[in-house]
Amino acid sequence: MSDPRAQILGKIREIRGRGALSASNRHMLDTRLADHPRNVVPARADGPQAELIVQFMDYLGKAGATVLRVPKRSDVPAAVAEYLRDNNLPGRVRTTSDPEIDSLPWSDQEMLERTEGRAEKSDDVSVTSAVAGIAETGTLLLTSGKHTPTSLNFLPETHIVVLSAQTVVGSYEDAIDKVRKQGQLPRTLNFITGPSRTADVELTMEMGAHGPRQLHVILVDN
Amino acid sequence: MDATAKSFKDQAKDGLENATLQDALGKLGFGFPLLRQMAADGLPEFDALRDQGRDIKNHVLEHLDYYLERFEEQVTGHGGQVHWCPTDGDARDAILKICQEARAKTVTKGKSMVTEEIAINAHLEAHGIKAIETDLGEYIIQLRNEPPSHIVGPAIHLNKEQIAGTFRSHHKELDPDRSLEEVPALVREAREVLRQKYIDADVGITGANFLVAETGSSIIVTNEGNGDLSQSLPRIHIVVASIEKVVPTLEDACTFLRLLARSATGQEFSAYTTFSTGPKRPDDPDGPEQYHVILLDNGRSDLLGTEFQDVLRCIRCGACMNHCPVYTSVGGHAYGSVYPGPIGSVLTPALAGIDQSHHLPNASTFCGKCEEVCPMRIPLPKMMRYWRERAFDQGQDPVAARWALAFWATAARWPALYHFGANVMTRLLHFMGKREGHLVRLPFAGGWTRHRDFPTPERATFQSQWRKRL
Repeated sequence: MSDPRAQILGKIREIRGRGALSASNRHMLDTRLADHPRNVVPARADGPQAELIVQFMDYLGKAGATVLRVPKRSDVPAAVAEYLRDNNLPGRVRTTSDPEIDSLPWSDQEMLERTEGRAEKSDDVSVTSAVAGIAETGTLLLTSGKHTPTSLNFLPETHIVVLSAQTVVGSYEDAIDKVRKQGQLPRTLNFITGPSRTADVELTMEMGAHGPRQLHVILVDN
Repeated sequence: MDATAKSFKDQAKDGLENATLQDALGKLGFGFPLLRQMAADGLPEFDALRDQGRDIKNHVLEHLDYYLERFEEQVTGHGGQVHWCPTDGDARDAILKICQEARAKTVTKGKSMVTEEIAINAHLEAHGIKAIETDLGEYIIQLRNEPPSHIVGPAIHLNKEQIAGTFRSHHKELDPDRSLEEVPALVREAREVLRQKYIDADVGITGANFLVAETGSSIIVTNEGNGDLSQSLPRIHIVVASIEKVVPTLEDACTFLRLLARSATGQEFSAYTTFSTGPKRPDDPDGPEQYHVILLDNGRSDLLGTEFQDVLRCIRCGACMNHCPVYTSVGGHAYGSVYPGPIGSVLTPALAGIDQSHHLPNASTFCGKCEEVCPMRIPLPKMMRYWRERAFDQGQDPVAARWALAFWATAARWPALYHFGANVMTRLLHFMGKREGHLVRLPFAGGWTRHRDFPTPERATFQSQWRKRL
């Protein structure tokens, strides 16, 4: 057997004392994949939306991120500008180009310079959207796509995420369901829970290992 | 695999005498079990998830051929490529070929134990391709040319002064008068140095915590974000994963993800959990143009259907070593194998041969803590016992130990003889140590009395005392 694929599969089948699976067995496994049933989902991922939002913010804070809740979408550019000022960051952001971000009233902020596209090494701050907030552990789900490059989530030192409160869900499975509904799976699904960190030196926790040092979430109520 | 497992005893001694290591192990052995316990207590469903995780893994191992085929189908469907590799050599060849065809000069790597197992860095280096570890701990030990000492925290055996020294001698282009005394300065320096490497690299290599058969996705879990930079910035992404990493669906992956971080570091969730599926889509502004998955067997399939099959459920959280009284005393390097601690004591004999590693399954007190905390409920002590039996059958133990055991086994088959012998020995030892209350030296038991006294036994055996009382 020179074909390595046949070699590995053949060995597994030999040990299991069978050839390829029987039709009925195969059908059972095909069905399991097609139905992808949920396993145990923690009870904390279930509850009224208002409570899930509070829990989401709570866990996000515990994971080292900061959260600001604003009443409406038009408040976002001012909130971004204020965050940059408060943290002595340059008034320059690189953002995603999806409608969620693109349609915000950025021009109100004259001092804020905004460009769109994938991150470059020189970008200090990124502003992106997210598909969902997950209350279970205060986790954000971001996906790659035409308007949402993955590099924005990792290269800049500060990552600002704009999230509509109505997209907060309970569990990882709930968030994955949203992605499934959009059709083909994107190249990248990023589940992000707080800023980058490492404990590799003397088990001392330090933020900003390779990814963002600060993760700031602006949660929009509307 | 670079196995110095044969020298476990000497290496363990080195570990015990290494003050820096002992400090680190003290912190590790206290902190991680506490954090894990808090995380487990904070999730009422934790044990139910463990049961379900175990069952899913067992189901996959029963139908491994099916799930691997479905996984490949999905990877191919998304424009990626699967490379089946029966041995570590096959995996090295496949990775080198991809790198050479891409005319790669440098490769950045996310943290991956399986790439340690196949020793890919040295192989690429030998062919003129520079492989750069980007996980901070891995980067540090790569500069020092040392193996990892823990599967989650590879550089825990070093202190910040040693790391500062390493950085000073390797980062020659930086200001020699810079301050590197504190941890933030060290982390910042590594961040700055590695930043450009990600951007310049032609290929990014990562491991995978899970592969998803339903979608053809590979999943990595990290805290630093280095794996993500390695798999999204270079032109080519190579995933190296062993065959038992496959899980059926995204929902199944969620079950394991709920267990992994809590068991490993006591976090609710690691900072970054990333699902990658195929190369970048035509419209995507970034991401790799090629996506390859190296599917490595390297001895795993030999374990299917044997008493060691359960070890294939391992999700590499490291909880067993964090809780192990032997690991937290001697450190990871003592094991002389890629995978240290209780999991290594079971896995290494399977990968490298019991003749190369018979000390490892003996490096256990059988306290059972590893099995107790294992999220996949792997019966590690039982498996170490199986390996001991095999080592004995193959004549790996010293002659004296074999004779002693054979002698004991014969006596144990004849109760009258056993009781007679035990009575004689007990009386003899009692007589010898009566005055002192302990024995300073004992024939055939120098290993014990060299370090501590042997308590003098009572005048008669328990059984004969019991009989008299009746």
